[in-house]
Amino acid sequence: MEPTDLTIAKIHQGLIKKEFSALELAKLLLDRIKKSDKEINAFLTFTEDLALLQAKKIDEIISKKKEIPILAGIPFAVKDNILIENVRCTAGSKILENYIAPYDATCIKKLKSQGAIILGKTNLDEFAMGSSTEHSAFFPTKNPADISRVPGGSSGGSAAAVAANFCSFALGSDTCGSIRQPAAFCGVVGLKPTYGAVSRYGLVAMASSLDQIGPIAKTVEDAKIVFEAISGKDPLDSTSIKTSNIQYLISNIKDLKIGVPKEYFACPVGSRMDSYGAKGIDPEVEKKVRAAIKKYEEAGAKIEEVSLPFSTHHSLATYYLIMPSEVSANLARYDGIKYGYSKVDPGVKPSARYGAKSLKHAPYRNKVSGAGSEVGSLMDVYLKSRAEGFGTEVRRRIMLGTYALSAGYYDAYYLKAQKVRTLIIKNFQKVFEKVDVLMTPTTPSPAFKLGERIIDPLSMYLSDIYMAAVSLAGLPAISIPCGEIQRLPVGLQIIGKQFEENKILAIADLPL
Amino acid sequence: MITKEEVKHIAKLARLGLTEKEIERTQKELSLILDYFKILKEIDTENIVPTSHPVSAKSYLREDKIFKLPPEETEKIIQMAPQKEKRYVRTKAIL
Repeated sequence: MEPTDLTIAKIHQGLIKKEFSALELAKLLLDRIKKSDKEINAFLTFTEDLALLQAKKIDEIISKKKEIPILAGIPFAVKDNILIENVRCTAGSKILENYIAPYDATCIKKLKSQGAIILGKTNLDEFAMGSSTEHSAFFPTKNPADISRVPGGSSGGSAAAVAANFCSFALGSDTCGSIRQPAAFCGVVGLKPTYGAVSRYGLVAMASSLDQIGPIAKTVEDAKIVFEAISGKDPLDSTSIKTSNIQYLISNIKDLKIGVPKEYFACPVGSRMDSYGAKGIDPEVEKKVRAAIKKYEEAGAKIEEVSLPFSTHHSLATYYLIMPSEVSANLARYDGIKYGYSKVDPGVKPSARYGAKSLKHAPYRNKVSGAGSEVGSLMDVYLKSRAEGFGTEVRRRIMLGTYALSAGYYDAYYLKAQKVRTLIIKNFQKVFEKVDVLMTPTTPSPAFKLGERIIDPLSMYLSDIYMAAVSLAGLPAISIPCGEIQRLPVGLQIIGKQFEENKILAIADLPL
Repeated sequence: MITKEEVKHIAKLARLGLTEKEIERTQKELSLILDYFKILKEIDTENIVPTSHPVSAKSYLREDKIFKLPPEETEKIIQMAPQKEKRYVRTKAIL
């Protein structure tokens, strides 16, 4: 087997036994990326110099017969909304096209300290707003399973990079499915940790009460190794929480109770939700997911149909009120003054220390008119820098959030959504009194075609219908591949109680 | 249906300069999405406490000590500003 096809543990063994070096492995992958990424477009920036430097250091340590941590020499990719010192960080946006990160995110510090090798920054929907990576200001990423289709989003670049075997694992971020959905579409493993399990320091903020960084990997075991490395309380993120890291061993699968929420399989054709373009779950997806759940039953687990009221459409509506509100606050910092694209001086181009791939602007982006007009006042700097720097989806969500928070509408929209959020959390707590974990489809359909949903924002939002409730409740969830429909991957979502990542990882990893 | 005036007002609050065409399009899109939110009216939230964070984290304060960044670090941050003068970030007049 090629070293690039191995799991993290096997690569680790291979490095210690000197079957190959970290430098060889890094070069193999960098070559593969150079040859094949033009088809997939998973990457925005390559960090080749950094990777080779890091790899050489690891080889030195190995040659001195010193012990190396499990992630030493393991090449990975990073979603371009996570900061790496001295490397360009665009957040998929024109407004940060030339921004060079001044510091490392905490998760990057942790991975660097283990000696993991950084290959590059991956493409995403602008500011992580989207479900297909088509909202990237630069170009869309293709799904390696079918290049006429989307890889999902917003961590589409990361999921595609892992699926195309460009790296051993990748980091993504999940606010409402942005790790899980692309993992399902691309046929890889994606873990969204409990809110607070992984520090958000160094993650470009989108929705502060929902964002979480997590691993996208080829196997569940690999996802677990990465999660353990990046999680932990961080004094730089006051919402991060100390995790107990209690290992979970399934002594007897007959003791396992799995809940299957009926609402995730409902919404038949003709229901009122159809008027919003919700087609409900694809019957082929339902078959594959139910078959995967059946395997657990055949192994002895108890399957129970449960009810999770408000966990689909109501959760999505709640999410699309809370998230844009937080977004409107978090994106106020992009003002054309402190950093980023500025109408006053749009030509700021500090030299990127680590090689930047040339970025072309995506054809889908609506052209913003008003360019070239006078910038007279401070208000003009704000209005024009932001109008030109942000793409259509970002502007849409900022507008939505500003509206939901504005005087006269705050009670009916934002406050109402926060109250519904409380009920959603309570409903999960009730259900978890009866079952250990929940299993659902990750998405209602497999990967859709490029261009299919970009015109209708609501149809795009609906692809995350099984993601929202979990994010609102801050619960951990993993998506694992459970089959294919005409070569298109299908994902199974396993949801656990807060801080029970080890439980859902153990259940996801059962050899059935 | 959200009015054009409301859209213009929101755009000004959000500091987004929208053209006439964009205002029209935003009006249509926002109206559609706001329509979807009507399903939340079905849920009785009488006496329900709102949640702002899903996991209870106690807020804590750090020591009131000054941490001085090394000058190279500060330099990196100043370099990012589109307009600067010496070690100041430059903006248009506020008043």
